[in-house]
Amino acid sequence: MKILVAVKRVVDSNVKVRIKPDGSDVDVAGAKMGINPFDENAVEEALRLKERGLASEVVAVSLGTAACQDVLRHALAMGADRAILVETDLQLQPLGIAKLLKAVVEREQPGLIILGKQAIDDDAGQTGQMLAALLGVGQGTFISALEVLDGEIRVTREIDGGTETLALRLPAVVTADLRLNEPRYVKLPNLMLAKKKPIQTYNAAEFGIDASPRLKQLNVAHPPFRKPGIMVNSVQELVEKLRVEAKVV
Amino acid sequence: MNSLILAEHDGHKLKPATYRAVTAAQRWQSPVHILVVGHSIAAIAQEAAAIHGVARVMLLDAAALAHPLAEDVADLIVRLSRAYQVILAPHTAFGKNVLPRVAALLDVAMLSDVMTILGPKTYVRPIYAGSVHVTVESADTVQVLTVRASSFAMAATGNGAPIVTLAISAETSPATSYGVRWLGATHNVSGRPDLVSARVVISGGRSLGSTAQFQAVLAPLAEKLGGALGATRAAVDAGFAPNDIQVGQSGVVVAPELYIAVGISGAVQHTAGMKDSRVIVAINHDADAAIFQVADYGLVADLFEAVPALTEALK
Ligand SMILES: Cc1cc2nc3c(=O)[nH]c(=O)nc-3n(C[C@H](O)[C@H](O)[C@H](O)COP(=O)(O)OP(=O)(O)OC[C@H]3O[C@@H](n4cnc5c(N)ncnc54)[C@H](O)[C@@H]3O)c2cc1C
Ligand SMILES: Nc1ncnc2c1ncn2[C@@H]1O[C@H](COP(=O)(O)O)[C@@H](O)[C@H]1O
Repeated sequence: MKILVAVKRVVDSNVKVRIKPDGSDVDVAGAKMGINPFDENAVEEALRLKERGLASEVVAVSLGTAACQDVLRHALAMGADRAILVETDLQLQPLGIAKLLKAVVEREQPGLIILGKQAIDDDAGQTGQMLAALLGVGQGTFISALEVLDGEIRVTREIDGGTETLALRLPAVVTADLRLNEPRYVKLPNLMLAKKKPIQTYNAAEFGIDASPRLKQLNVAHPPFRKPGIMVNSVQELVEKLRVEAKVV
Repeated sequence: MNSLILAEHDGHKLKPATYRAVTAAQRWQSPVHILVVGHSIAAIAQEAAAIHGVARVMLLDAAALAHPLAEDVADLIVRLSRAYQVILAPHTAFGKNVLPRVAALLDVAMLSDVMTILGPKTYVRPIYAGSVHVTVESADTVQVLTVRASSFAMAATGNGAPIVTLAISAETSPATSYGVRWLGATHNVSGRPDLVSARVVISGGRSLGSTAQFQAVLAPLAEKLGGALGATRAAVDAGFAPNDIQVGQSGVVVAPELYIAVGISGAVQHTAGMKDSRVIVAINHDADAAIFQVADYGLVADLFEAVPALTEALK
């Protein structure tokens, strides 16, 4: 079974994102970039399945500018066999990404497709479900465990109030929660080796798919600051403030 | 044209988030219909019919839908979609699972975790773990969105909207044809109020050290204040707290009257889920902890002494 893993290039989770002076967009020029954390869990899960003899090949795919090669190299250094870059300068949104991923799936015919549950830049959490819908296959979202059986998988999903277990016939789409696994560290020699692994590049236009944005960004802003608080010196003072000032207890 | 809300319930009761979604849907000033899907849910349909601002309840009650799967619910909504210009659900695990599927099948974009509805196609939503708010305008004719429950008030009750029973045959289940089967679920029963709508939330971090201490230190305070328990990702990853009470970017978002952060460092991924609370209290033994920047009242203290003392002082 071949596994396809979608990896997005995003601003590192530790970066404090700035806003352009005109408020039109975020300013991420020069910011540290990397693989979306949830997608690292997705790659890790695919590699573990391969290492247990349950998958034959792990293919990483990323959509965006040529800069996305760095996250594909990261996936290759973790152990992915090969990588695909779908290159475009278009501002991509989940629906367009799902359409382009569908075209990749049709070419590659993977048995299992793993995405992250959300990208930490747009925080949309949509692409996996959209891809499953477009492919006409089942979906297992926000998964924290995955088991491969004969022709199907069993997944544990993190839901409100607990967990849920589903069986999905393959091919299927799943989206990884951070609790799915602990991604391995990439060792330097592997990063060197990854440079030799192939990255196949398509121009997104080749697919003849309309992936243009449907949502227009009007402006961005930092949320209003909370009014500065105070430090109290004792539990007694805290209770006093909560009773008299905040009137909340 | 009408607006359709996908109701969220637990098989017994409507979730408070649904009442909040009804408030959000009023923004379009068109009739609001609520879709209730499940099995043996007549009482839940009655609850939905009682919400002010609801014009019609659509009930699909079938044994095959006892544990509704995204594939089936999305298909159902798409079949009903011709009558709707707005399709929305609370931004919960259920809504997040179903609505992107609906949007893709309708070939429209989707808006996740909408905090403000500025106009019929213009929204404010968080990006980058809530450190940035973006205003976006949709170009699509049908609006598909999930709304942040804590950003909208609870709708009042006392209404008596008509309930329309839908008859859909089970043999058209896409989940069945795609080979998706529900196998089981685990439920964390706490006996405390629903986290998302609780008036008070007491959250603990990794510093609580163990499941036993998490409970021993925080539960009496939650009990005293009638609050819900929350946790950081670090506390959940360590196994001290169940996954469904993780507050933050990749967990749930809460905005209670009072949020007490106990032994929590204050990473943006955590504050993304609580910084709109009305009053925030932080207890941390590190005076430089980032959590104090969002706190109204900060106390530098050892949590193992301060929290029991606080519980005692509130008696
Ligand atoms: C993609 C991504 C998504 C994430 N999503 C979330 C999310 O949804 N929610 C979330 O919470 N996190 C999330 N995180 C993790 C987040 O970045 C932080 O790592 C996490 O919130 C830290 O949890 P913590 O405060 O419990 O632990 P720590 O950061 O380790 O902080 C522990 C704190 O406890 C204090 N302390 C220790 N002992 C005591 C004591 N005896 N008395 C008083 N204070 C004490 C310390 O001073 C310290 O400030 C995410 C991270 C990533 C990368
Ligand atoms: N540009 C992209 N390239 C590859 N994968 C992507 C891209 N955008 C989103 N994804 C995948 O879709 C998941 C969810 O993204 P989102 O719906 O934007 O929150 C991510 O975790 C990735 O696995």
